Amino acid sequence: MPSLELLQANIFTPMVLAFALGVIARVVRSDLKFPDALYTALTIYLLFAIGLKGGVALSESSIADLWKPALATAVLGSMIPVWSYPVLRKLGRLKRPDAAAIAIHYGSVSAVTFIACTAYLDALGKTYEGYAPALLAIMEAPAIIVGLLLAASRGGAAGKKSEVLREVVTGKSIVLLVGGLVVGLLVGVDGFAGAKPFFVTPFQGVLALFMLEMGLVAGRRLGDLKKAGPFLIAFGIVMPLVNGFIGAAAGVAAGLSVGGATLMATLAASASYIAAPAAVRIALPEANPSLYLTSSLAITFPFNITVGIVVYYFYSDWLSGVLA
Amino acid sequence: MKLHELKLVTIIAESVLEDHLVREITSCGAKGYTITDARGEGSRGMRTAALGGQNIRLETLVTDEVADRVFDVLHDHFFPHYAVVAYVESVQVVRGEKYT
Repeated sequence: MPSLELLQANIFTPMVLAFALGVIARVVRSDLKFPDALYTALTIYLLFAIGLKGGVALSESSIADLWKPALATAVLGSMIPVWSYPVLRKLGRLKRPDAAAIAIHYGSVSAVTFIACTAYLDALGKTYEGYAPALLAIMEAPAIIVGLLLAASRGGAAGKKSEVLREVVTGKSIVLLVGGLVVGLLVGVDGFAGAKPFFVTPFQGVLALFMLEMGLVAGRRLGDLKKAGPFLIAFGIVMPLVNGFIGAAAGVAAGLSVGGATLMATLAASASYIAAPAAVRIALPEANPSLYLTSSLAITFPFNITVGIVVYYFYSDWLSGVLA
Repeated sequence: MKLHELKLVTIIAESVLEDHLVREITSCGAKGYTITDARGEGSRGMRTAALGGQNIRLETLVTDEVADRVFDVLHDHFFPHYAVVAYVESVQVVRGEKYT
């Protein structure tokens, strides 16, 4: 099990404490509020920076090894909703659209959880594959498609799938991540040197500021926890632990380093709260947003950034010892 | 200046619907529209869409027939599941030919 020290090392970071501050500010009804434009700007910075850094790292390594992890990521993304859906239906007794909507959120990914994991690995001094941000981009869409198919084949409600797919694939997170990777790959280490002071040094600070906003958003959802009920709270914690284990195993099996497998585990464990909610709101309007947003934002996200990523690192470390 | 009698249709809706609403009202025959950000509270609760926006307020000047078509579309596709408020007013418009 994770040692207390490593857990502490992850919790006492500006990023996690800023998140906690955001939640507290919300609970005491502070007037602290981020303007929408700032939130958008921080997102653009984080996504583009993580893409760029990956691209630069990739320019120094081989891209040939990408196909196995890429395939594993796509399969994981498609399969997570398939096993989450029956759990939500049978154990949680949720309605079809609600179960499909939540399954979609857990199959898709949270970019910020991924970024938090890279920050954690950096702090540990662990390296990971430069193409990891590409895996993040790959995992965003498949779950949304599979989940909508599940909802349609069982309930018959979802429509306009091609349009939803287009909106997800051309959404800002994929454009910034993949665009950043390509730009980083093309400019290489020397070309990146000029932009580095802007994109690398302030990164942790920007992430802390963003986490403060995430805390405010999650804090706003705390009141909905009661409505979500004990099943959804348990699901929001147990499901990431299960999916994280499968993700770590898939990462190790696909030949990733311990750091890389930790990232893949984090991808599998994280729940989306940007791309998926927008797509689900359009394609599955009968699903109750307070269920999927609360479980994703107020339960799984805080769990992952505090405890989850430490556990996923242990999974990966242990599995790479066992399987190697 | 000559004034034309037209309908001002106002739709207040969740911001995720923006692109869809614009597409629908345009295909109903609206020649233009104005969108502003909005906030508020109603029967579906306060709009605190976790991330990425709150409400939009879409206004469009149209003929009676187009207004009817817009309300039919709203009734069939938007009212059942989304937080949408819509109303129509009769207004006097200068250069009314621009909107018909």
